[in-house]
Amino acid sequence: MMSFIGNRSLASAVSLIGLIILVFFLSRMTGDPTSLYLPLDASLESRENFRRLHGLNDPLLVQFGRYVLDLLRFDFGDSVRKARPALDVVLAAFPWTLMLAAIAMLLVTVSAIVIGSLAAFKVGGFFDRLSSILSLIGASAPDFWIAIVAIFFFSVSLGWLPTSGTGTVWHWILPISVLFIRPFGLILQVVRGSMIAALSSAYVKTARAKGVKDRAIIFVHALRNAMLPVITVIGDQAAGMLNGAVVVETIFGFPGVGKLMIDSILQRDFSVVLASIMITATAIFVMNLLIDLAYAALDPRIRM
Amino acid sequence: MAEHVLDVRGLSVEFHTVYGRVQAVKNVSFHLDRGETLAILGESGSGKSVSASAIMNLIDSPPGYITAGEILYNSESLLGMEAEKRRRINGQKIAMIFQDPLAHLNPVYTVGWQIAEILTAHGVAASDARARTLELMQRVGIVDAKERMNYYPHQFSGGQRQRLMIAMALGLKPDILIADEPTTALDVTVQAQILRLLEELQAETGMGLLLITHDLGVVAEVADRVVVMNAGEIVESGTVREVFKKPSHSYTKKLIGAAPGKGGFNRVACDTPAGPEPMLRVESVCKAYGNFMALRNASFQLMHGETLAIVGESGSGKSTLAKTLLRLEEPTSGQAHYMGRNLFALSPKDLFAMRREIQMVFQDPTQSLNPRMTVGQLISEAWAIHPELLPAAKWKDRVAELLALVGLPADHARRYPHQFSGGQRQRIAIARALALDPKLIICDEAVSALDVSIQAQVIKLLEKLRRELSLSYLFIAHDLAVVRDFADRVIVMQGGNIVETGSTEQIFTAPVQPYTRALLDASLAADPDIQAERRRVRELA
Amino acid sequence: MSQPQVRDDAPLPAERNAVAQVMAMLYRDKFALVAAFVLLVIVLCALVGPELVGDIAAKQNLRGRNAPPFSFSQGWSFILGADALGRPILPRIIVAARNTMLIAGASVAFAMFVGASLGLIAGYTSKITSQIIMRLADVIMSFPSLLLAVIVLYMLESSIFNLVLVLAITRIPIYLRTTRAEVLEIRERMFVQAARVMGASDKRIVLRHILPVVLPTLVTIATLDFAYIMLAESSLSFLGIGIQPPEVTWGLMVAQGRPYLANAWWLALFPGLAIVITTMSLTLLSGWMRTALDPVQRWRLEAGSKANG
Repeated sequence: MMSFIGNRSLASAVSLIGLIILVFFLSRMTGDPTSLYLPLDASLESRENFRRLHGLNDPLLVQFGRYVLDLLRFDFGDSVRKARPALDVVLAAFPWTLMLAAIAMLLVTVSAIVIGSLAAFKVGGFFDRLSSILSLIGASAPDFWIAIVAIFFFSVSLGWLPTSGTGTVWHWILPISVLFIRPFGLILQVVRGSMIAALSSAYVKTARAKGVKDRAIIFVHALRNAMLPVITVIGDQAAGMLNGAVVVETIFGFPGVGKLMIDSILQRDFSVVLASIMITATAIFVMNLLIDLAYAALDPRIRM
Repeated sequence: MAEHVLDVRGLSVEFHTVYGRVQAVKNVSFHLDRGETLAILGESGSGKSVSASAIMNLIDSPPGYITAGEILYNSESLLGMEAEKRRRINGQKIAMIFQDPLAHLNPVYTVGWQIAEILTAHGVAASDARARTLELMQRVGIVDAKERMNYYPHQFSGGQRQRLMIAMALGLKPDILIADEPTTALDVTVQAQILRLLEELQAETGMGLLLITHDLGVVAEVADRVVVMNAGEIVESGTVREVFKKPSHSYTKKLIGAAPGKGGFNRVACDTPAGPEPMLRVESVCKAYGNFMALRNASFQLMHGETLAIVGESGSGKSTLAKTLLRLEEPTSGQAHYMGRNLFALSPKDLFAMRREIQMVFQDPTQSLNPRMTVGQLISEAWAIHPELLPAAKWKDRVAELLALVGLPADHARRYPHQFSGGQRQRIAIARALALDPKLIICDEAVSALDVSIQAQVIKLLEKLRRELSLSYLFIAHDLAVVRDFADRVIVMQGGNIVETGSTEQIFTAPVQPYTRALLDASLAADPDIQAERRRVRELA
Repeated sequence: MSQPQVRDDAPLPAERNAVAQVMAMLYRDKFALVAAFVLLVIVLCALVGPELVGDIAAKQNLRGRNAPPFSFSQGWSFILGADALGRPILPRIIVAARNTMLIAGASVAFAMFVGASLGLIAGYTSKITSQIIMRLADVIMSFPSLLLAVIVLYMLESSIFNLVLVLAITRIPIYLRTTRAEVLEIRERMFVQAARVMGASDKRIVLRHILPVVLPTLVTIATLDFAYIMLAESSLSFLGIGIQPPEVTWGLMVAQGRPYLANAWWLALFPGLAIVITTMSLTLLSGWMRTALDPVQRWRLEAGSKANG
């Protein structure tokens, strides 16, 4: 099992550690740490109290030690605003983001693979042109703008879909659609390019010389080889979905981690911000681990 | 007209490229029957591979189109055939093996699965296919076949991979096997084994063999009839003996004339051509990469003005030797005295000065010339690095002189490498190597990537330069035949060791070591009589 | 068979002027041509826009609040409507181009310079240095860039400089990895070995042999990256964490228009459209560059080739 922990997981693990250190030092060394927790107009006295209460006057290394210990015990402090442990707040919000991202990613993967393969099979044909257009839109469209335009169109003008909130299936349609667009455009391009390369490879030539059927050539010979670079990109995009989730959740009022983070920042609730960062980074680490496993399962050269 | 199993008549293939329509194959006709071997002999760009691809329906349209002709299999036209019927011919009736087996095997599936696929794709049941796969693998000489069925392509050696491809192609006992440069990427000794395997299998199954190659030796050894192609056309055809002994077309004559290994040996009657002291004395040089010993105790001498050839197959350590001498890699131990000074003990400043004495010509001119620099810039870079040699004002003239020396016009200095042919690029590389006025030039497989006729030209150029400029060469090659006309003395290497040293004549006529003898035997002469004689001797033994 | 072999006796093709060649290649790809033109217009807006129409853009007119678009009654500047303070949208878009372009441009330039330099170092020096640099890059790459930007901007204050810095830092790893990968590959190429055999110093090899090969790739990436950073900055400004009023960028304009979506949709639509048009043009141009700058692929754009199929 250890041999399967490849570069991605390692990078993620290092990133997690780096992030922990970075966040700590940034929070302590840029200006007054209390301004992260307290409202901007808090009095000097309340700041001093806060400092004493949370040991912010102690030497930096002591504070760092305490910080790391707390992290290991999953103790992020209490949410200033919600008077609950910050961890609970984040864990309540996380499933929403996970659902959004997972459904969107699934749709992206399936449709990109199908359309990309069809585009690669007949370069210059209908699906190829379609892919070019879709990829262009996906790569260029600002998701917040698309969301707003979509709301205007489908909710305000046509009244088909709700503008925000959760509750019914209808509430999920617009957020997932908006989240879908950018990763779809990018992954479509990669699938197409990868399949074109695979279909023009020497081993496909051999398969044709053997008299293998076309369908087997595309889906057995080419696809598996083409998937290797695609999986890498899927991994990057899945992590990147959190970027999109921030905007989408904010606009559509989804109670996920993205919206939580933005709200906490605007409300200066640093414990929740810290907890969100850590949970998110850990989730990304786990995902990269799965990607490494998938990679090893697909490519025997890596397993050796 | 007698009926042939495979009959190609008037085939023409066109490609649509940026240069307009290119006629890759023009009105080509040939035929093949069971039990016989036809070779299509041609250099790069001759259209030989395209012709084979046309037979197997492997030409992509676009950009390639078959514009005229017929391809008949057992009198049925393959070109007009309905798609599913055409698919069933590939693999079952006509099979093909390719040049680079690693690239032509799917890296993510086991070899057993891939061999079985040719059977299951044509209706054989899976369990039968597996059993047959095992048989096939054993027949082509894969040891521990049962276990190795579940191995992946990258776990085999080059020669084994080609055996696996042969096993795969022969799975359904096709009538015709097309072999496109099957041994070009393999070592000489491995090549001999593969060719022998093909002959045996042909005798067993009675199939017809269509062999595509640029190597005259291979044709002389294996083929019954030969068709010579140049620029898309067939220029000559006939039995191998007819064509090789009495060529009628000028191109065929040129090709056969360019084949190395027929001339007399270089005169090295005296061991000391110029002075008693050797120019280069290499003593017990070792180079290890981690645990792997690439070079073990290499010791030899190079005299002034001589051409010393170092011949070995892949993994012999010959390239490592070159790199180590040039300090591109650091040696693990040993000494190399050039004109009395130890190359390995030089300070950076002295090493820098030493660069002017020893230069190198690399194997692949496409890769050894920076594609973004003009020819003039490439050659004059030497003086940019060593400014004390030549002031900048004189660069242009000197570049022109060097180009003239290698047979290229001066105005070529403004062009970029990709605008030249392979042979011309190698001349440019030679001109570059001469820029520093070196005394010793190391040629690392300098002609291996070139067509046969061009090889001869470049070797002639090197000879001429040696005489005019009093150069010495360390000439590295993987094939003995190439160095026969050119080298004074030969060193044979295997597995990092120097196996044998001697004058060219001695090595070729009276080799001592068994490996040298094996190498000589495996090296194929471009003469069917010689090959037939060798075979007779071999079969008697 | 992608290109026929050059034969020894073939005549050398004629030379062509470099600029003319670029123009010709651009002409062959109509989409890229249009994209280049659009970008030229936008750059012009960024360069001289504020000077030319700045006054018009800032003039508040409370009577013309939320004026609808597509009517010429108040003059050309109101063709796209007016915002909540009566300021005309089109001139505001033109003026905001400068900030949007400047921020994205500065970030790309900074990221490319630092990223490429670190990449060269990581590719050419000792293994340890290389590993350290790569791990630092990993820290940045493994975390979603927007979130990272949001967090860091939270802890530093929101100024244009910090915004540019943060955006640049999130993109450095892209240039770093690409440069390093190319350096590692090019280092092993024969023409670099040939230069070493002649005695070339490391500095010469990096500057003369490696950099010219890496640069076109970097420029192509930078073009695409410009679009990405524009989108990122817009998102940040939209969320209220990026640029702060009275400075304005297209992203901020969209945010300011959001509350009025129901009755004045043009406030949010047109600035967003400007973003879309710019990023599309950049994406198309970047695709063209990738083909044009690659000596192996560029035949597709050169005269005489059939349509790229």
